[in-house]
Amino acid sequence: MNASSQVFRLPHPLPLDGGQALEGAAIAYETYGELAADKSNAILVCHALTGDQYLASPHPVTGKPGWWERMVGPGKPIDTSRYHVICANVIGSCMGSTGPASAAPDRRPWAMRFPVITIRDMVRGLVALLDGLGIERLHAVVGGSMGGMQTLSLAANFPDRAERVLAIATTARHSAQNIAFHEVGRQAIMADPNWRDGDYYGHGSAPDAGLAVARMAAHITYLSEAGLTEKFGRRLQDRDAKSFGFDADFQVESYLRYQGSGFTRRFDANSYLYITRAMDYLDIAEEHGGKLADAFAGHAMGKGARFCLVSFDTDWLYPTAESRHVVHALNAAGAPVSFVELSAPFGHDSFLLDVPALDRVVKGFLDG
Amino acid sequence: MVDASTLRSDLAVIARHVPAGVRVLDIGCGDGALMAALRDGKQVDARGIEIDGALVERCVARGLSVVQGDADRDLAFYPDGAFDVAILSQTLQTAARPDRMLAELLRVGRRAFVSFPNFAYWRMRWALLSRGRMPVTRHLPVTWYETENIHHMTVRDFEELARDLGIAIENRWFFTRDREIGAAGANWRAEYALFEVRRG
Repeated sequence: MNASSQVFRLPHPLPLDGGQALEGAAIAYETYGELAADKSNAILVCHALTGDQYLASPHPVTGKPGWWERMVGPGKPIDTSRYHVICANVIGSCMGSTGPASAAPDRRPWAMRFPVITIRDMVRGLVALLDGLGIERLHAVVGGSMGGMQTLSLAANFPDRAERVLAIATTARHSAQNIAFHEVGRQAIMADPNWRDGDYYGHGSAPDAGLAVARMAAHITYLSEAGLTEKFGRRLQDRDAKSFGFDADFQVESYLRYQGSGFTRRFDANSYLYITRAMDYLDIAEEHGGKLADAFAGHAMGKGARFCLVSFDTDWLYPTAESRHVVHALNAAGAPVSFVELSAPFGHDSFLLDVPALDRVVKGFLDG
Repeated sequence: MVDASTLRSDLAVIARHVPAGVRVLDIGCGDGALMAALRDGKQVDARGIEIDGALVERCVARGLSVVQGDADRDLAFYPDGAFDVAILSQTLQTAARPDRMLAELLRVGRRAFVSFPNFAYWRMRWALLSRGRMPVTRHLPVTWYETENIHHMTVRDFEELARDLGIAIENRWFFTRDREIGAAGANWRAEYALFEVRRG
């Protein structure tokens, strides 16, 4: 569909949780649908770890359709004939927003000199973009997975900026298991000799092998065991018998290798380090004195935003209990909240896939 | 005004008696019919709890704030006095501990409307007496081993529980075949009952 691609240069240094400030940061974003004259119909969609701003338009590197094309468009649940939909690449990423692959003030790539960022820093960047666009209050902020973390962080830290908060398959804190899986990915990247302590830009070779392994490990966490079994089982890949070697004998191995190598063509390894770190650092309660309900105090009875949380019964990465934890905190804060656990076979990735019940919930919540 | 024409009788009575503009928690809110009527007709800030995900989905699609959850467990997460009115329609008999749920109801709400099937309704008594088996009726259509109604009670049982818990009964309504009936002989004649209660 028709999209407009732009880059916003932050007019002010972006303060970061780590204590530094990022000067001259850029945020690349796409928009879909017309912005109303009173700017009241804007919906900000926040992307996941390896997502980007190409929400409903083809990805410039892979040529594949936008990552939420099934959800966003004219007449779709997030209806672009009604809403002005904005999707921005988070800082730290690699699709046009400032990240470790971008040029530092000395014109060399930041690489590991890039400051460690948090989910709240990403949100500060998004809010700076909204300021630049003159959008004071969003009709809604929407996101799944890391995108959902941003929606919750925005609600906690900028309670006036959105009328509706829709957080799907997400959490308000990274668990030990979440951190552990991310650490496996980071160590795979850092163990790749091509990583060169992060200074691989301009060397003609990047830590693709390490990044691919990181993606493969993470990809397993996005799927359900039943989903993997149904899709691949123990079926062999293009052969009739086991090879008694280490080729991709099994279909599931071949699939993961394909996912891993495809990912390296569109993603920067250092961005993967920085963004997974940001997710690991997430603990919205900790940011607000240890009690999650206090984080949402700005949404007490009668003021603030309406919330909707959605989890999936086969998601073991951010299971239903994590959504319930957020819902209970919102209840305690007196915020209007809806919550539903949807049944879908695809694990964490369900939020990106064909789940008609999700379409109904998203549409109902945004239009209601 | 609330358009109560499409609501079940007890819900229609509740809709008429909830004051305008108050904060309401509807526990076991089903498809949100009562919440929607209260929101649209009385500008009520309504929240719901419903255990069935498909019904929650319908509530969300009507723009209602409903949490999928189990009242036995999830009421504890609401602060004291968060609501002016708590509603528990045809749900008390499904609670693990109806006495505790009633107390919780009046912890989160200042007032509550509670409706439940009356197990002392004469057709129940007759079914039990004549056939010697747990009654299966139009209003309670599920066999004893499948039913979610694990704590059957009567009008008189409820009144005694309220007294034991120090709960004041403000109003009571009785229904048979989905029509309101008088209070005389209600423990025999009423198929189900609705009470308005407050902290004593």
